Amino acid sequence: MLVSLNWLKEYVDIDGISPEELAEKVTKSGIEVDNVEYIAEESSNVVIGHVKSCEKHPNADKLNLCQVDVGEETLQIICGAPNVRQGQKVAVAKPGAVLPGNFKIKRAKLRGVESNGMICSLSELGFSEKHIPKEFAEGIFVFPEDAPVGENVQPILNATDAILEFDLTPNRADCLSMLGVAYEVGALLDKPVKLPSEEIKASNEKAEDYISVKVESEELNPYYGAFVIKDVEIKPSPLWMQNYLLAAGIRPINNVVDITNYVLLEYGQPLHAFDYDRLNSKEIVVRTAKQDEKIVTLDDVERTLTAENLVITNGQVPVALAGVMGGANSEVTSKTKNILLEAAFFNSISVRKTVKATGLRSESSTRFEKGIDPNRVKRAGLRACHLLEQYAAGTVLDGVVEFDVLDRTEKKVEMDTKTINARLGTEIDSDEIATILERLQFDYERNDENFVVSAPTRRGDITIFEDMLEEVARIYGYDNLPYTLPTGAGTAGGLTKNQTLRRAVKNYLEGVGLMETRTYSLTSEAYIQKLVSQEIKDLNPQPISLAMPMSEDHKYLRLSILPELLKTLSYNLARNQANLAYYEIGSIFITDEKELTKQPHEQLRLSGAVTGKWLEHLWQQENKKVDFYVVKGIVEGLFEHLELPLAVEQAQLPDMHPGRTASLLLHDKVIGFIGQLHPLLEKEMDLKETYVFDINMEAVLEAHEHVPSYTQIPRYPSVTRDIAFILDEKVNAGDVKATIEEIGAPLVKQVQVFDLYKGENLPEGKKSVAYSLLYQDPEKTLVDEEVEKSYQSIIEAVNEKHQAYVRS
Amino acid sequence: MKEELQAIQQEALAKVEEVNDLKELQATKVNYLGKKGSLTQVLRGMGKLSPEERPVIGEIANQVRETITNAIEEKNTILENAALEEKLQAEAIDVTLPGRPVKVGGPHLLTKVIEEIEDLFIGMGYEVREGPEVETDYFNFEALNLPKDHPARDMQDSFYLTNELLLRTHTSPVQARTMQEFKGEKGFKMICPGKVYRRDTDDATHSHQFTQIEGLYVDKDVKMSDLKGVLNVFAKKMFGEDRRIRLRPSFFPFTEPSVEMDISCKVCDGKGCSVCKGTGWIEILGAGMVHPNVLEMGGYDPKEYSGFAFGMGPERIAMLKYGVNDIRQFYLNDSRFLKQFHQA
Ligand SMILES: [Zn+2]
Repeated sequence: MLVSLNWLKEYVDIDGISPEELAEKVTKSGIEVDNVEYIAEESSNVVIGHVKSCEKHPNADKLNLCQVDVGEETLQIICGAPNVRQGQKVAVAKPGAVLPGNFKIKRAKLRGVESNGMICSLSELGFSEKHIPKEFAEGIFVFPEDAPVGENVQPILNATDAILEFDLTPNRADCLSMLGVAYEVGALLDKPVKLPSEEIKASNEKAEDYISVKVESEELNPYYGAFVIKDVEIKPSPLWMQNYLLAAGIRPINNVVDITNYVLLEYGQPLHAFDYDRLNSKEIVVRTAKQDEKIVTLDDVERTLTAENLVITNGQVPVALAGVMGGANSEVTSKTKNILLEAAFFNSISVRKTVKATGLRSESSTRFEKGIDPNRVKRAGLRACHLLEQYAAGTVLDGVVEFDVLDRTEKKVEMDTKTINARLGTEIDSDEIATILERLQFDYERNDENFVVSAPTRRGDITIFEDMLEEVARIYGYDNLPYTLPTGAGTAGGLTKNQTLRRAVKNYLEGVGLMETRTYSLTSEAYIQKLVSQEIKDLNPQPISLAMPMSEDHKYLRLSILPELLKTLSYNLARNQANLAYYEIGSIFITDEKELTKQPHEQLRLSGAVTGKWLEHLWQQENKKVDFYVVKGIVEGLFEHLELPLAVEQAQLPDMHPGRTASLLLHDKVIGFIGQLHPLLEKEMDLKETYVFDINMEAVLEAHEHVPSYTQIPRYPSVTRDIAFILDEKVNAGDVKATIEEIGAPLVKQVQVFDLYKGENLPEGKKSVAYSLLYQDPEKTLVDEEVEKSYQSIIEAVNEKHQAYVRS
Repeated sequence: MKEELQAIQQEALAKVEEVNDLKELQATKVNYLGKKGSLTQVLRGMGKLSPEERPVIGEIANQVRETITNAIEEKNTILENAALEEKLQAEAIDVTLPGRPVKVGGPHLLTKVIEEIEDLFIGMGYEVREGPEVETDYFNFEALNLPKDHPARDMQDSFYLTNELLLRTHTSPVQARTMQEFKGEKGFKMICPGKVYRRDTDDATHSHQFTQIEGLYVDKDVKMSDLKGVLNVFAKKMFGEDRRIRLRPSFFPFTEPSVEMDISCKVCDGKGCSVCKGTGWIEILGAGMVHPNVLEMGGYDPKEYSGFAFGMGPERIAMLKYGVNDIRQFYLNDSRFLKQFHQA
């Protein structure tokens, strides 16, 4: 809502307060003022002049020599504007005038002829572009014929006005009208509100002889008032009205349209003027549209309607889309003589539906959608009739023809001083509360500390005690509320076990070199099925898509974090960031329903992606490239950190390297995977060699139950034995390790691979893997024979199980 | 013989003095004190001496041996020290060459901000709770006093999956879920961080996905001044002790009265500058007293219980606190951006 302060002054006294101060006050009381704008910059000594004569300059084709009457004298002025004509009323900067930009007007000679002043355009008077009517955008401004010669142009042009831009929250529809703003500002400044005139001259003719009103859907249209105004004269509206409309961002058209718009802004009540004669009927029937019924609206677009749309008809065909837009068939034109003026109350939901269906949102429909004041509907009609009498020379016929089942009762809200103070934490006394109610101009009954407030119908947002609590608080001033801290019973607060553990996982991952990322949960069709872990695939997950996606890139809820994570890798690679180690913890969304009827399962997952060099130390010629084992080490370390057993099994997954991918298992259940991306996917996504992991965090967090406790540090010495096996290349080192652990238990506490060798001195297709075994007995010092015995049985078992023999 | 011994001593000491390397010193030691050394040779002639002379000469011989031994040891220490010194000199390195790098990662800036806020409220007795990102229309809107056809639903155009399910547009549904869980039986304090989604085109100030932290305190006798006090503590801890706060009336369907909290602009200290668009204040979060309808739907009797709620955007807070000027940075994951916030 754009609020012209000059206009506002018609209803409430705001003298002595600057536009900026007022903006600050309004903002602090609940309506944000986004902007304070001045219509024009300052100028002085510019008056209205009458162009008595206008001839060509003797020495210059494009210049005119004008004699201009400015009241006390007649000035000879040379003017270059293409639109200057004899008989016009124009803005004249007299010698000595100062125009914006400190431009001083002096007597001068132009091509040998004297010029005593300047005829001004609005832009020369410092008007910003949007406040200049289109027809005067190129050239000087021309006043209406009745403009008073010699008068200062500033007030007549509303040049000194400031406009406040109110950013209204949905509850404050009351301030979509100048009167509503006046009540608000009046309450803040403790000033009364002056109401405009709704007086109409008496007429012998009765409106009811010209029109009847019938409403078929009274729920959607509880009030319809029809006024008839005869013999109007269509012409421009008065300059002051045009100025106010321009200030409010509405283009002036003609007096009739301007008056309906003016009252719309003044009362917040949309009105519509029909050309009475073009209605071709003496009745108005309001009903819902028939399926596929058509209407050509004022914008010359044919609209096809449904039973959801409320229409105004002449008993036969629609003549307006109720509350949204008039029909072209009954539009007021320059030839219009008689007018039927509609002032109605349309149901907000019905109007919103029509707006949604047609895409027509207007100043009128917005107000109906947000709710209008039932007590102002008819009054707005009367106000418009008053103005039509004044500025369109119309005769308003006696009476308003109406349909009326509108509820105009005021909501009663009970409140008491004790509860108000208990809720606000204040000590406001009852008299002060009464003063606040008076400033708001709310009627109330008071019995000591108890109030019954009648919330005025213009404030439809006030229905319960808490609404009044806010009114009292905001007029009292939020600034004046004290600072206190809750005194209720203390609560412990804190993180859940799960949240604490998640933080520990994050700290571990960051400590070993990974950077946390946050990617989008919504992904594209191309990626939704990519890199989904086997145990998720086994659930037969169905893609979940948005009903109305905004783009193809963000259409489906992810089934894996990896695709979007890999996109960020590719983004970085394209910017010469080649060494990346990323992880993310977030939800994936799983359902097996083709048509979603309930919330999907949101499973927390941990994914990582690593590419480029892991470590780089140039001058020591050390360049550790990321490989499978770097990533595996991180994952193994995590499980060790959480004291959870991790098993790793060779696996195949689409989009993964067939020989470098493994499933991760926890307690014999697959919980994710690890490996290198398939080179084809790497190519498709503009990636280099990239290793990833993806883990069901939910399963990990659930499995974790370790509470660290002290274990006796072994008192007896341990013994280390190394052993190298020659194995078939296809045999997994991990399988041999498992055999060693199985046979060596309980004395073998730890088995580590410390060497892998292939090549010279070994038969084709063989490899040598060396293990280091740590023997320990917590109860006593180990005896050599014991170790030797165990060692031999391990060799036998490995030989039998894996056809391996000891390398000597 | 006495003269002979003294001559040996003199000669040996001179030799030791002269020697400059450990090997030669060792040879010198053998030459004089070894089995075939000159001192040993001389002492072999002791047998020929008279019983009276023997102890005297013996005494002198021992003195000579001791003197030579001491001299050799002394020299040995000197030479060894010199040799060590030389070795250490040779081992000198260029300490200005870079050290071996340690791979260190770090948290995302948003996580850092969220955890800071979590810890701050945990300190004031708040629990951290979470909720689903795919919500029902009921919990996202209706239980928060936003019935179907409510005009305020336009304020947050949402990503619907079906007529009844959508990506939550705020973390407020966790309010409703928590109240229903506690069945109106006890007061509680909680905050809820999480991802939320709105139908916005991504640009410098909008993101279709972002984060929010919701806070809720419900108890008997919760006052609006408590809200003001808690927000003041939060603002000062988060943005600095010298910041002031201002509450302005506002509108949210789930609170009444509703407030918007501003903090005084750090750049101009409230005088007005381009950062705060001349107002001296910067909008931080929305809050208010829990609407009685919301309490009631959550199973709490609004006559007995009251509460306050607040909601803030970690992106906005991070942008203000760290000067990030484009919200998309949080989701691009440019490593140069991420690294900037890894320091402690
Ligand atoms: Zn500032």
